[in-house]
Amino acid sequence: MPHKTFFAFILPSLIAMVLFIALPIVSVIVQSLHVEHARVLVEVESCQPFGGCTTETRVDTAAMAELRAEKPMGQFNGLGTYLNRGHLAVNEIGAILASNNGFGDIATRIYNLPFYKALSFTLVFCFVVTPLAMALGFAIALAVNALPKVTKGPVIFFSLLPMIITPLIGSLILYWMIQSNGIIGASLQHLFNDPTLSLRASPVLTWASLLFYGVWTNAPFSFVVFYAGLQTVPGDTLESAMIDGASRWERIRFVIIPHLAPLATFVALVQLMDNFRVFEPIVGFSAEANATSLSWLIFNDLSGDAKLFGSAGATSVLTIVGVIVLLMPVLIRTWQEFNHKVV
Amino acid sequence: MSDATLSQKRPLPLTILITVFIVIWVVLAAFPFIWTVWGSFKVEPDFFSRQSWWNAIFGTYTQAQNDGNSFTGDGYYGAWVTREFWRAAGNTAIVTVSVTIISLTLGTLGGYALARSGRGYAFWILILALVFRAMPHITLVSGYLLPFFQLNIWGVLPTSIIVLVAINQPFTLWMLHSFFLSIPKDLDESAMVDGCSRFEAFRRVIIPVMWPGVVTTGLFSFLLAYNDFATTSMLLSSDNQTMVPKISSFLGSVQEQGNVMFAVAAVVSATVPLFILVLFFQRQIVSGLTAGAVKG
Repeated sequence: MPHKTFFAFILPSLIAMVLFIALPIVSVIVQSLHVEHARVLVEVESCQPFGGCTTETRVDTAAMAELRAEKPMGQFNGLGTYLNRGHLAVNEIGAILASNNGFGDIATRIYNLPFYKALSFTLVFCFVVTPLAMALGFAIALAVNALPKVTKGPVIFFSLLPMIITPLIGSLILYWMIQSNGIIGASLQHLFNDPTLSLRASPVLTWASLLFYGVWTNAPFSFVVFYAGLQTVPGDTLESAMIDGASRWERIRFVIIPHLAPLATFVALVQLMDNFRVFEPIVGFSAEANATSLSWLIFNDLSGDAKLFGSAGATSVLTIVGVIVLLMPVLIRTWQEFNHKVV
Repeated sequence: MSDATLSQKRPLPLTILITVFIVIWVVLAAFPFIWTVWGSFKVEPDFFSRQSWWNAIFGTYTQAQNDGNSFTGDGYYGAWVTREFWRAAGNTAIVTVSVTIISLTLGTLGGYALARSGRGYAFWILILALVFRAMPHITLVSGYLLPFFQLNIWGVLPTSIIVLVAINQPFTLWMLHSFFLSIPKDLDESAMVDGCSRFEAFRRVIIPVMWPGVVTTGLFSFLLAYNDFATTSMLLSSDNQTMVPKISSFLGSVQEQGNVMFAVAAVVSATVPLFILVLFFQRQIVSGLTAGAVKG
């Protein structure tokens, strides 16, 4: 296909991606280097007929508005936002490392810094939910594959629901059930005979319920992909494994799993990308006291009256760096394959 | 693999184990929805009962407040009429339909070009699309807000539609690219030998055969627009909100006034279209997920 035709076809799509994905990334980087204007203060003397005169310090709103109109981004701050307490907290970490009471102390004190708190939940969510959801999905796929044909359709229908549901809505539905006055929460209180038991109160239980939600909503995707993969397992190989006396488990271990391995890489990649942006369940579970994520930090900076563009920008840039690190193995492999092909 | 040969030899305990496992999974997957749909027709003290969840099943308080009738539509009336949820539903319809149509138009052209080019830069565009696909949407949103305020285009539906189309492009390109690869090259090339230009060949030969792939990709574009919370909640003013941000915004106000059932009714209402979608397009959804996996 000649270059001209190619670009004629792809141009609209390319323009959309450049304008609304590439440029915003640039805009985020520029924003992260700026910080809100310092408040312009004026001394105002107010005199009352009988009270004498007092001087007050006030924020000069007119001057502030002018300043904002002139430089909407705020003032240049360099890497200041990145290094402050709300982000990488370089000084605080230095202080913690300089004086501490052993490893446990370091860990708790670093965990109490907002960025590291969010980062640790995000990473735990990614690397716990992804493998668990894949294992569950694989187990469901094996089980559904063994079902009689009539039941397969309805089972697949119900299995798709947790995946297709809007994340915020799905998390609300689960949250209403595990609340202390919802069906699961109340039953747990009854079961453990502890009327104060609440999934929201303790950080461990909040994390556990968020991770449970993650597995619940991610497993169907692995299931569907693995189930489709199972249909393509070569019958001859399975049969010869059976003739060689391989047990059921050995057939799964040595025939089916190697056959599905490329699919598993794909599923892991997609789910890691999606879980890294975990956000809606935290809003749905109102879990921000015990668990926050990088996306939630950005959302929190931007919602509310004072929009902290600088802070949100810095967290966004750090998140994008995280995504690229996450994708690095894939990118390197594609790069090598591509070079290989050319040579 | 043939089911017959394997299932003949399956021992009974294994069959029981499989059945129990599947039953547990189906209950886990379906029960939350059934429970919430059922509960949305009750009053709050029943659905969120401190005494016993049997109240939610029999509707004890619902009967007491409702002349002995154990079902009530008050939650739905409150959400749709009092709190004007219909407006949000209308906005969602506009946004999802526009996003799906525009994404597919741009995506089919782009995906076709990528599938037929075979040059280095086509490969790099695909890799770039993969990186873009991985960007958390909220990081992009924090880049939009300030420019959109400056340009005075914040808060209206067209802005959100264009943003969602752009966010959707990487995925659409990948899906349609792998779909067009599965259409034999000879088809459009022979049309070009007969004197068609590339665009005519696309229009006369490719468009008639591309619908299965386009329908599947369209389903996923629809789902992305429908399920989005991060973008629409930040980019739409409260008058123009779609369903999902609307639910989240009246969750706070509703809880204070003791009207949680409005939110429950709204959540169930927003689930219904998804339910119907899975019911009618189960095959396409499954094939779409696997097509991306097998070829991508």
